[in-house]
Amino acid sequence: MAQSLHDKIHLIFDCLSNQPKISIPALSSMIQLTINGQSQQFEAPINVTQLIDHLALHGKRFAIERNGEIVPRSQFSEQLLAHGDQLEVVVAVGGG
Amino acid sequence: MDNLVIAGKSYTSRLLVGTGKYKDFNETRTAVETSGAEIITVAIRRTNIGQTAGQPNLLDVLPPSQYTLLPNTAGCYTVDDAVRTLRLARELLDGHSLVKLEVLGDPKTLFPNMVETLKAAEILIKEGFEVMVYTSDDPILAKQLEEIGCVAIMPLASLIGSGMGILNPWNLQIIIDNAKVPVIVDAGVGTASDATIAMELGCDGVLMNTAIAAAKNPVLMASAMRKAVESGREAFLAGRMAKKLYSASPSSPVDGVIARTSDDKKINQKSA
Repeated sequence: MAQSLHDKIHLIFDCLSNQPKISIPALSSMIQLTINGQSQQFEAPINVTQLIDHLALHGKRFAIERNGEIVPRSQFSEQLLAHGDQLEVVVAVGGG
Repeated sequence: MDNLVIAGKSYTSRLLVGTGKYKDFNETRTAVETSGAEIITVAIRRTNIGQTAGQPNLLDVLPPSQYTLLPNTAGCYTVDDAVRTLRLARELLDGHSLVKLEVLGDPKTLFPNMVETLKAAEILIKEGFEVMVYTSDDPILAKQLEEIGCVAIMPLASLIGSGMGILNPWNLQIIIDNAKVPVIVDAGVGTASDATIAMELGCDGVLMNTAIAAAKNPVLMASAMRKAVESGREAFLAGRMAKKLYSASPSSPVDGVIARTSDDKKINQKSA
């Protein structure tokens, strides 16, 4: 029997609403980090070693504080940075 | 040997110098070398993100292998800032724990906030730091800092960067008399005689930065300061003569003076 247009539309809506939900994967996981007071976006996951690469600090003497806590050198590759992390990266300079 | 001993480590030089305010790294290095200093202070600051890729760092010029670095807490006005700064410094210097603590109270005068200084010192000492502490010249506070475990007391001669010299030698003397740890004058030295006076009073050492860096010829002043500290120390150890208003004690013999033409009885009377 020919369905009315009205019925066909209802049939389509019913089909659609019963479809299982399809999640669209995130295009990228970008996180925001504040480094020395400057806000920057980075692609996650990123660990401290990768951040140091990005900042071109290899071979230099520096220290890093993450959210108020020192990040020991031994943990650089283990610590994954999280969105909203506040980082201080310091070096020794001339002073009295 | 008359060495300066701080936290169990021995140093030949009693002159400690800062590394700030120089024209460039070359001048910094030359002045520090000329001064003969073995202990040098450095500040801890944010690195310039993206701008320092090829540039040398201060520690390339004054390496920890050659000098005893003393990270400071310049610019810190709170306990928290000072403690965080020194934790970062210790990490930066591979666990090196000899540090200079200063907690400032006023950005205009840079006078230390002694209440915060005491609190910060206590925390740092508990965390295993060897604290050389910048202090006012209050003898009671200086002794308290020593009693909580500071390894050296560093009273100001006058305000940081002022070059006014030793304004209160009396307080400094009291601090020296009461101290069982080294007393190192820090802040306010302006010229060589200031450093010599500090050493003659009995100080164990002198720390200075502006006096050298702001001199018209910093390298020459560094040389002067080296000698000033050495001569002041020798004078102190030699034990100076007493000061008297007058003593009628000439350096040349009184007897055997050729016949005088003067009739003045006072001059002609023989000494007793």
